[in-house]
Amino acid sequence: MSEPTLYELSSTGRTGVTFPEPDVPLTDLPSNFLRSDLPLPELSEIDVIRHFTHLSHLNYSIDENIYPLGSCTMKYNPRINEETARMAGFAFSHPMQPIETTQGNLALMYQLQEWLQEISGFEGVTLQPAAGAHGEFVGVMMIRAYHRDRNDAKRIKILIPDSAHGTNPASSSMIGMEVVTVPSDPRGNVDLEALKAACDDTLAGLMLTNPNTLGLFDEHIQQVIDIVHKAGGLVYGDGANLNALMGIIRPGDVGFDLMHFNLHKTFSTPHGGGGPGSGPVGVSAKLVDFLPEPLVDIIEEAEEDLPPLYGFKKPAKTIGRIKAFHGHFGVLVRAFTYIMMHGAAGLRTVSEMAVLNANYLLAKVRKTYTIPYDRICMHEFVAEGRWQDAEGVHALDIAKRLMDYNFHPPTNYFPLIVPEALMIEPTETESMQSLDAFADALIKIADEAHRSPELLKEAPHNSPTKRLDEVKAARDLVLCCWRPEEKD
Amino acid sequence: MFTPHTKTEISTMLKVVGVNRLEELFQVVPESCRYPKLNLPAGLSEMETRQELQLLSESNETAHDLACFLGAGAYNHYSPAGVDAIIRRGEFLTAYTPYQPEISQGTLQAIFEYQSLIANLTGMEVCNASHYDGATACAEAAVMAYHTFRGKRSKIVLSPAIHPHYRETIRTYMQGYTNLTITGDEPGIDLQQHPSALKTLIDDNTSLVYIQYPDFFGRIFDLKEIVEVAHTAGAMVAVAVNPISLGLLIPPGEFGADIVTGEGQPLGLPLSFGGPYLGIFATKKEYIHKIAGRLVGETVDKDGKRAYVLTLTAREQHIRRERATSNICTNQGLMALASTVYLSLLGKSGLKQVATLSYQKAHYAFERIIQIPGYQAWNSDPFFNEFVIKCPKPVDEINFHLLDHGILGGYDLGLVYPKLKGHMLLACTEVNTRQEIGGLVNVLTEVTHE
Repeated sequence: MSEPTLYELSSTGRTGVTFPEPDVPLTDLPSNFLRSDLPLPELSEIDVIRHFTHLSHLNYSIDENIYPLGSCTMKYNPRINEETARMAGFAFSHPMQPIETTQGNLALMYQLQEWLQEISGFEGVTLQPAAGAHGEFVGVMMIRAYHRDRNDAKRIKILIPDSAHGTNPASSSMIGMEVVTVPSDPRGNVDLEALKAACDDTLAGLMLTNPNTLGLFDEHIQQVIDIVHKAGGLVYGDGANLNALMGIIRPGDVGFDLMHFNLHKTFSTPHGGGGPGSGPVGVSAKLVDFLPEPLVDIIEEAEEDLPPLYGFKKPAKTIGRIKAFHGHFGVLVRAFTYIMMHGAAGLRTVSEMAVLNANYLLAKVRKTYTIPYDRICMHEFVAEGRWQDAEGVHALDIAKRLMDYNFHPPTNYFPLIVPEALMIEPTETESMQSLDAFADALIKIADEAHRSPELLKEAPHNSPTKRLDEVKAARDLVLCCWRPEEKD
Repeated sequence: MFTPHTKTEISTMLKVVGVNRLEELFQVVPESCRYPKLNLPAGLSEMETRQELQLLSESNETAHDLACFLGAGAYNHYSPAGVDAIIRRGEFLTAYTPYQPEISQGTLQAIFEYQSLIANLTGMEVCNASHYDGATACAEAAVMAYHTFRGKRSKIVLSPAIHPHYRETIRTYMQGYTNLTITGDEPGIDLQQHPSALKTLIDDNTSLVYIQYPDFFGRIFDLKEIVEVAHTAGAMVAVAVNPISLGLLIPPGEFGADIVTGEGQPLGLPLSFGGPYLGIFATKKEYIHKIAGRLVGETVDKDGKRAYVLTLTAREQHIRRERATSNICTNQGLMALASTVYLSLLGKSGLKQVATLSYQKAHYAFERIIQIPGYQAWNSDPFFNEFVIKCPKPVDEINFHLLDHGILGGYDLGLVYPKLKGHMLLACTEVNTRQEIGGLVNVLTEVTHE
């Protein structure tokens, strides 16, 4: 039995919350503008709480078990983050208040900008972008603005390796840039010859994920960056995979010109079933003037007993405003909390354990699954979800079968350069025992794929629903609940 | 702390990997840049961290301690306890985007219900799973309209009474569309004019006409005429809304809007210094293949049981890559859930009550303030919960005086509209009491005597 919808649960006359009667003299309502019907459901508080509690039971979550989605960094979300973000002084602060009344917020944002710069080796950071893809978009806009500012508007070509996240090409084309794909070499690095061939005087920049989506650190990173710089382009880093690098290397030091951070990956803020994220962007000195407005800065220096006065600043050649107000502040508080608890040593441990976990898991399944680019990986690796002697079994079947063992599947069918890809990122918060259990399930499923493939093809067997009819969803396009009165 | 590895386990694991030391895992990193010394303060315990954050939090003065009359796109409404109780559940909080529907039905059904509630509230046929906020939802509407006409209609008409941040965001997003003209909100324009005055700008080159309702100044106008003029010219109409106002007001779907966007923050989300909020985006079914963002559709599983799944994904960036018209990926899932719980708890009568209370308190405050010598109404149009007052002194000066009396005053319109120097935008919600309004009136009166 599926959970009824809010509209099916509705009972005329119920409400879940009451408000006080008006304590002011009444004004006539604007009769020309009043709606005749407000088709919302009517429920009591217990109806609502039970409904959403039932729904919650149908979800898999990190709190339940390992969530090894490649490139998503589904690490444990510390509960203290939820406490700090809800502190009254943060949660009740209005974005348009005079800055003198929100110095706590502004100090936090300024400090977070500084910390992210220190972690990444950049000269400036904007906290504005709402998610990783939003950060990429901002990054490409800055690259475009940089070249135009140098009267070099012909530079419209963005190079993107074939192993890149799907958001990279979309972010580039949204701002009118031309996307050119660069192939990978047999070891999973950027193909240097192809890169050189693509570099000309229309080159605006390269968007590079490093470690890439194969989980591999590019063995020629310095050469890749030098080639692009020599051709007059800028190098953008997709920071989705930063979890491998904290305290290991700073992207700014090796020559990246700009990079976005995913606070909802690397810095432990919860993913919330699809957001909110936060995608700050760090830039080198030559791009600081192009950052979106507003930035947080010290507008009056500290004096003797007085702390500095923090405020907002508009960069000289800003690309403009990219959303309302000042970024996802509630997410920033969580990331700030996380960095404060870790310090430099703690962050390095995070990256070391993330990489150790991925390599450990890789070692455990290497004999059972084909690893197309097999070398020491960073925080994730990619396996092939197929065997020549198990015909008809696909990565999707392995993914669905994992659910029967109470595991969330890895990312599948990505990156596109590996057939039947299973992209596995365990993160540092999983213990050896948790990794062992997951590896055992993968090995057992490989055995089932050979002996009784129908177990995989029919999976999942134990989940709240079986495989879904996705064609029907796209054909019928039922995108809203039926209201009971419409049923007839 | 959050890494469970013991020393023994680390050495066992290294052995399985086939290396002796952790450092061997990082040989590929250029040696000259390897292991930078990060200048960060030493890590703190949870207890110390909480204390540090508490200090920062307490150094703010906020709507928690002050009587708040500030709106301008973010509103201090009451959020029932049930909202936070649900969104704190780990099953929702710590789940990823529902790409594996068999084990994500909770998130999927909740988004489906969100789509339904917002479609019904706005009077539209379909709604997506959310954008980042009210501003980026506006920008996505502009992008969608542009692509609907395949770039052949190169003019967008913006009402000057749309939130300034939204208009700025649209311009930033569209800077790559070099043939585009965005007009209607030039600095010299008459801000008091009826939105119908924009009709002189609409022609057969116009892709989109954008109006806010209630507008940034709180005003409510009849938009039937402007919608009709736009449609006659073949242009689309988008309307940015405050969703609370739709507890009372005719929804834009009823007067012909093609797209409705809005800032979802008033629906139970904390002010949180500006985010994370919720970008509402609803439209007509005919545009379903044009819209950005995720959509959840109803279907059945193999046993014929009703279930939900992300649908029409071929529009999205991970499939279309550079041919996608939007790159949106992570959006505002948990905030959409919060607004769904909020609307479920309030329901038909509760939302109307909150809208009515906000309206009544604002009108009472308005009537009281314009009786104070020196303060004048800027306009006489109907309004919802926000209004503009011409003040006898600079707005920042008045606001500092109000702060001394525990009151967070209105928005200084002169900051973004040079013509409105000395004008304050004030908002009320159900949270404001008659006593608070009395306090506001007293201090405003006092200010004129100084």
